[in-house]
Amino acid sequence: MVTAVTNLGRSGLSDWLIQRVSAVVLLAYIVFLLIVMADSSLDYGQWHELFAQTWVRIFSLAALLSIAMHAWIGIWCVATDYLTPYVLNLKLGPFFGSKATVLRLSFLAASAIVLFTYVVWGIQILWS
Amino acid sequence: MHNGFLLIFNCRLPYCLGSGPNKCDKTVNDKRPVNMDFGTIHMPLPALASITHRITGVFLVAGTAVLLYLLDESLASEAQFDAVRVTASSALFKLVVFVVLAGLIYHTVLGVKHMIMDLGVGESLEGGIAGTKISIALSAVLIVLMGVWIW
Repeated sequence: MVTAVTNLGRSGLSDWLIQRVSAVVLLAYIVFLLIVMADSSLDYGQWHELFAQTWVRIFSLAALLSIAMHAWIGIWCVATDYLTPYVLNLKLGPFFGSKATVLRLSFLAASAIVLFTYVVWGIQILWS
Repeated sequence: MHNGFLLIFNCRLPYCLGSGPNKCDKTVNDKRPVNMDFGTIHMPLPALASITHRITGVFLVAGTAVLLYLLDESLASEAQFDAVRVTASSALFKLVVFVVLAGLIYHTVLGVKHMIMDLGVGESLEGGIAGTKISIALSAVLIVLMGVWIW
């Protein structure tokens, strides 16, 4: 029975695929930035012009959304592995063990706010 | 998310044990010893690589703020573009950028290794250890090159 509702794709298989597709997008974006920055004579004008192009903005937005999804799946996996009654009871004692669910959901909520902020901030950077 | 060792020891089993007073244990055998204290379990090299992949992943959630800041500043104006040129900035700023990029390099290389293993390459015990050694060596080389580029 599926009891988890906080994971991104509602199923492990879906998360597995999203994690890899987003990883490939991010790898491509890193390679793209490396190629651009390999030119040591790169100046502000060229850099600004590059990010004014539609395809670069689309690529950058894809990378930005990939960061958010990839980070959410990673954070969710880590949080549901370690912020559990069993692990917290073992490592920090019964008080934290009994508060594990509240702590985990708070951590996930804080992470969601941070990642959402990154997306909005990134859109502002790209379209300003 | 992880194959082999960590799927068993790191991912789902603590849930089962943690959701009640050892309910799995009871259904199988009351006397069976249970040790889920990760600190006392010997970690083979691929397991250490996996846990550091997780640690760098969580770290990069914060590191993303630094990278977005750099992008923001570099596109804002010519003066700000010149100010965030890492090669021409303060020692502290260089160090922050170095640590974030080092985390990114390690996480990326180990992530590529992960996907190569998804394709069925190097999934044996020896393959896993060899792949991890290659990944760590490659990360180290790339991190040194990145450091040379910054300083």
